[in-house]
Amino acid sequence: MGEIKEPGLVEIEDGVKMIPGANAILGPLNKLVNWGRAGSIWPVTFGLACCAIEMMDTGASTNDLDRFGIIFRASPRQADCMIVAGTLTKKMAPILRRVYDQMPEPRYVLAMGSCACSGGVFNSYAVTQGVDTIVPVDVYVPGCPPRPAALMQGLIKLQEKILQEQYRWSLWR
Amino acid sequence: MESMEVARRLQEQFSEEVLDICDFQGQVGVIVKRDKIVEMLRWLRDSSDLRMDHLMDLCGVDNKNRPEANLQRFEVVYNLYSIPLRHSIRIRAQVPENDPCVDTITTLWTGADWHERECFDLMGISFTGHPDLRRILLPDDWQGHPLRKEYPLKGREEWSGLVELQRKAVELHQFDLGKGILRQPAAEQSHTKGNDKS
Repeated sequence: MGEIKEPGLVEIEDGVKMIPGANAILGPLNKLVNWGRAGSIWPVTFGLACCAIEMMDTGASTNDLDRFGIIFRASPRQADCMIVAGTLTKKMAPILRRVYDQMPEPRYVLAMGSCACSGGVFNSYAVTQGVDTIVPVDVYVPGCPPRPAALMQGLIKLQEKILQEQYRWSLWR
Repeated sequence: MESMEVARRLQEQFSEEVLDICDFQGQVGVIVKRDKIVEMLRWLRDSSDLRMDHLMDLCGVDNKNRPEANLQRFEVVYNLYSIPLRHSIRIRAQVPENDPCVDTITTLWTGADWHERECFDLMGISFTGHPDLRRILLPDDWQGHPLRKEYPLKGREEWSGLVELQRKAVELHQFDLGKGILRQPAAEQSHTKGNDKS
């Protein structure tokens, strides 16, 4: 696999070493935690408009989000990620914020569709111009609505983002 | 019965109230005064040869940009249909700008409740005698009535609830552990633009 750095330790990935025969791996805790988090994103569904149909389609058998370890969770309290799928009206904005506030850390937000990213064509009195004025957004997926492949690409980007994180379990990091 | 015949019957019965009958592509509208709207609709509903028992829709119209000179600023449109006899009619009650109110018809059709609330919410026409005339679509503390023609597309000012929410979002952002993007809302200038011209 990798080159032998010192007797007994085999480097199997950057910074991760294995002790042969001992069933043990040495490495930074970040790697382990991020690997676990990236492999089990449980999104809370926040379907607001037609994007929600495309989100359901992405979760269904043809595209199958389960193979990324992404399982829809109908409760914000047991979710890691919120997929905001659709037009967010101003009257709905406080409810979106409340759902986000109920999610435990680590939490991520994926804005799905043009309306969630920027307000889209609804530049009017009743629609928020992007959910990123209400909650912090990690990944933007534009499109009207985005196809399932685009949403999957967005979730893979989120996984990549999670894998880059350092010490995300404390304010005093 | 043809719609035009229904309109003629109505005109015979309420000759004082009916101002005009208009016909556009087979759809007949009866322009009426607002004062006796409840009696007229009750007569249409209860008379044995008309039996217009179904209120299909109730909506408000802003006539500000219409070319017709004989119309008031607003009108409330009642679309009636007879389920047993399968004929329909449209009643257009004229509502002046300085006193935008009509008698409620929730006494005739209970289902008109939410239609009238929507009309009040978006058009600012109040319905006298309505049991619960509150806003139905917009937040309770909203200012203005957005479907009026003079209302700018972006509104005149930001809704106070959203301003408060965005302030809280910025305040809470310091406690977020992640690196999500929280954008500041666009400057106020966008609210002064819009279709303000009349």
